[in-house]
Amino acid sequence: MNLNMNKSSKRVEAREEHCIGCGLCQVHCITAHSRYPHDIVKAFKRQSPRPVARVRLEEARPVSFAMQCRHCDDPKCVKGCITGAMTKDSETGVVTNQEDRCVGCWTCILACPFGAITREETEKKVAAKCDLCGARETPACVEHCPNGALKLVERRGGK
Amino acid sequence: MILTSNTPEFLIERNKERCIHCQVCVRQCANKAHYFDEEDGKVDSIDINCVNCHRCVCLCPTKAITVRKFPLEFRENSNWTPAVMRGIYKQAETGGILLSGMGNDRPYPIYWDHLLLNASQVTNPSIDPLRKPMELKTFIGRKPEKLDFDQQGRLITPLNCQLELDLPIMFSAMSFGSISLNAIKSLARAAVELGTFYNTGEGGLHQDLYSYGSNTIVQVASGRFGVHPQYFNAGAAIEIKIGQGAKPGIGGHLPGEKVGLEVSKTRMIPEGSDAISPAPHHDIYSIEDLRQLIYSLKEATRYAKPVFVKIAAVHNVAAIASGIARAGADAIVIDGFRGGTGAAPLRTRDSVGIPIELALAAVDDRLRQESIRGQVSVIAAGSIRNSSDVVKAIALGADAVYVASAALISLGCHMCQKCYTGKCNWGIATQDPHLTKRLNPEIGCQRAVNLLRAWEHEIKELLGGMGINAIESLRGNRLMLRGIGLSDRELEILGIGAAGQ
Amino acid sequence: MDCVMNKQRQLEGQIRIPSGCAISGIFNRRGECFSGEDIIKSMALMHDRSNGLGGGFAAYGIYPEYADFNALQLFFEHADSRVKTEEFISRHFEIEKSEKIPTRKVPGIGPGPIIWRYFAKPNVEKVERSGLNELEYTMRCVMRINAEIPGAFVASSGKNMGAFKAVGFPEDVGEFYRLEEYQGYLWTAHGRFPTNTPGWWGGAHPFTLLDWSIVHNGEISSYGANRRYLEMFGYVCALQTDTEAITYIFDYLLRKQQVPLELAVKIVAAPFWSELAHLDKNEQELVKSLRAMYSSLLINGPFSIILGSRNGMMALNDRIKLRPLVAAEKGDFLYVASEESAIREICSQPDKVWSPRGGEPIIGLLEGAEKL
Repeated sequence: MNLNMNKSSKRVEAREEHCIGCGLCQVHCITAHSRYPHDIVKAFKRQSPRPVARVRLEEARPVSFAMQCRHCDDPKCVKGCITGAMTKDSETGVVTNQEDRCVGCWTCILACPFGAITREETEKKVAAKCDLCGARETPACVEHCPNGALKLVERRGGK
Repeated sequence: MILTSNTPEFLIERNKERCIHCQVCVRQCANKAHYFDEEDGKVDSIDINCVNCHRCVCLCPTKAITVRKFPLEFRENSNWTPAVMRGIYKQAETGGILLSGMGNDRPYPIYWDHLLLNASQVTNPSIDPLRKPMELKTFIGRKPEKLDFDQQGRLITPLNCQLELDLPIMFSAMSFGSISLNAIKSLARAAVELGTFYNTGEGGLHQDLYSYGSNTIVQVASGRFGVHPQYFNAGAAIEIKIGQGAKPGIGGHLPGEKVGLEVSKTRMIPEGSDAISPAPHHDIYSIEDLRQLIYSLKEATRYAKPVFVKIAAVHNVAAIASGIARAGADAIVIDGFRGGTGAAPLRTRDSVGIPIELALAAVDDRLRQESIRGQVSVIAAGSIRNSSDVVKAIALGADAVYVASAALISLGCHMCQKCYTGKCNWGIATQDPHLTKRLNPEIGCQRAVNLLRAWEHEIKELLGGMGINAIESLRGNRLMLRGIGLSDRELEILGIGAAGQ
Repeated sequence: MDCVMNKQRQLEGQIRIPSGCAISGIFNRRGECFSGEDIIKSMALMHDRSNGLGGGFAAYGIYPEYADFNALQLFFEHADSRVKTEEFISRHFEIEKSEKIPTRKVPGIGPGPIIWRYFAKPNVEKVERSGLNELEYTMRCVMRINAEIPGAFVASSGKNMGAFKAVGFPEDVGEFYRLEEYQGYLWTAHGRFPTNTPGWWGGAHPFTLLDWSIVHNGEISSYGANRRYLEMFGYVCALQTDTEAITYIFDYLLRKQQVPLELAVKIVAAPFWSELAHLDKNEQELVKSLRAMYSSLLINGPFSIILGSRNGMMALNDRIKLRPLVAAEKGDFLYVASEESAIREICSQPDKVWSPRGGEPIIGLLEGAEKL
């Protein structure tokens, strides 16, 4: 576990005042993590079971916002991981779950104070969480939010 | 259950192959036209609730939805059309006035589409806006009979009390109440960025908008909603609203559903109460009363702010405009019958008033005949839809134009005409906080700015094509227009020749 | 005077005839007079700028013995027009002298109207009763003759000046009117290249109003806006020409609104808004006030004009200089023309030659005169 926060890192910031509660972030998250990352229809209809969304729409109208992993400075999930599958990248600070090492014990799910981790059961049982969409320039949820309620921001230090 | 003859107006067509039952449409429709069946795990629709606002169409991630006219056929009848009959069914069932939102949608002639513009060929050159200055700056305000110079040829008193616009387009009056605060903020910010003005409408000025004061025109309408001393001094100009094009002869109408806490505070009325403005101002029963109000407002603001008077375009608009000019107004705003609204009785909206093109030509002619055109500014409103409408309006005689419906469309409006229900799915004509969130003022401002900047470029191209490099040389320059498909009488009223002449 | 939308039956005024042209002007600052030979030569050099369908001259200082009388120079289409006009003039003026303007037969000038001049003074009583000042009174009488008497047209009505014009090349027009026999201290001239055949002598330049004369090259795109503004103040644009409108603009600004000449120039050829940043605050206020107040009098489109008056002349280009204009000085003489060659033709070694910038006026004032 590396707590070096000198390098800058990007996070998804939710702006509640602009969230319209449409759920498109969820749809695009599922698609981006499926076998058909560029075809929503196929992702939803061909892949069964399809991936879970790593972002969740929280709502108590009119309040609503999208909730996903905060990639915390001091991640409880990493602390609690029994196999070391859950790791925090020393450069970017992004917390990811290495699925080949994950045994599906769900300790991270219990540990996460935000409830940002869920169970993925498409092939193997693993913990699923926001990975900032890996190789993509912009995470799928940010790209497809219709009202600017999700923003990718540079963050230095802090939570 | 009572037997109703009201059948759906629209059919929601869902492409079964493409629909992924993600429920985005269910979450987004304030009219509950979509719902999720838990048992079947599928999304389905209730056609009669659909108002055809296209919110679901635009947001559906797989573009699985389209909306059609409901295919129920009536026996063909050019007189008793389905729309006419539906109106009667509704009234038979409710006993109420038929309401509608936005402007007159009937197939009356659109004169803008019968006007053609000139271009320079050979005898004088067109001017290239990419390489030469093209000036759109416009001053709105009263002008004196002459300027005074001293012995050395210097100006003694500079012209004051003018609004300086970077382009001849302003955002027209739309009240807080009829539209959301986010919509107004979008337009206020856009006005600042563009170097123009927006108008409060008769809803008063919300606290959050005082910072945009120097780009705000505050309106005084018959209900005097939100009118208090700081209000006048907060804005750059004051507009007395006598009438509006969508409903000449009656006052504003804000249904109680749209009067929430903020609206109530800004308008100074009880929450949930209908805000129905009186038909006339009860202190303006004749032209001299208007003069008194104009000067009271000038006194209250120490003659520092121009005072506009806004009227609907009606049959004797020319004479009324002349009276307003002589009553001391700085600008006359004429709102044609296509003007939009948040709520108006359907019949008033569709049958009362005249087109802005004809009214504008008539007013401009009359003021020139009386040699007073140079003293006041004339602002045209009532469906300016694009940049060529703007150019044609100025050629007919306007100093500037007001746009409102076009501005709302740029923010996302799809003209479903249900503004009066307060369920605008685009977050524009609503006060429901769940809905108003949908209009992000950052995005809204950008869209409105984009629209007017695009129009600005188009106007410059059109002007350059005419060999003009300053908008003032187009004002009232009827020689730049020709009519097509118009009767002799219409050509005469517009004061233009026919194409080919 | 009624200001209604003009639907006159003047031949030329029925349609707009755009035209390109040549202009020239010679001015002696001391008021020393010289013959019309030079200006004719200057115009002859620029022959190709015209197409023979119009030419004209304005001359100042040519009637010293009648300096206090208005020299009304008119065209009459038939004898009857002259009878009616003379009646009208006698009712409103005291006629001192009435005669045909001397001309000579010239191959380039075809048959034309009867050309006449009266030296007259406005009837003092009538002026008083009208409540107008003498200038306004004269101006209105002239407009009435043009508007109401069929076949009559006033070419000029100023004091100690005259306009001489016809359908033909300018050098032929000059010869026709025997201009070498006149002596004036200011001569302006114009050659026309209209795009249709006007066939009417009255349409040639210069256009005059009282002592003002304008010769103009170019076609203004702001004509419609300018005209509809001027019509509010009693000006009737009967000829539908740019020159007429420009003359009225200057009369309105200089005489009626009493705007100083330098500022009138800033109205018709206004500085660009983008240039305002370089001016001090007072200048900025001034330009804003002028442009906002007189926006309808901005002249847009290509023009080069020479405005003549008894006190001198001003030459001016549109603000983006879409027409040529060259100026020169030699001793007491000021020259302006559409081409430098036209100046060198009559003054081969000027002290100074330059091309004014768009919107920059060339002003020549008579010694002792304060303004045009």
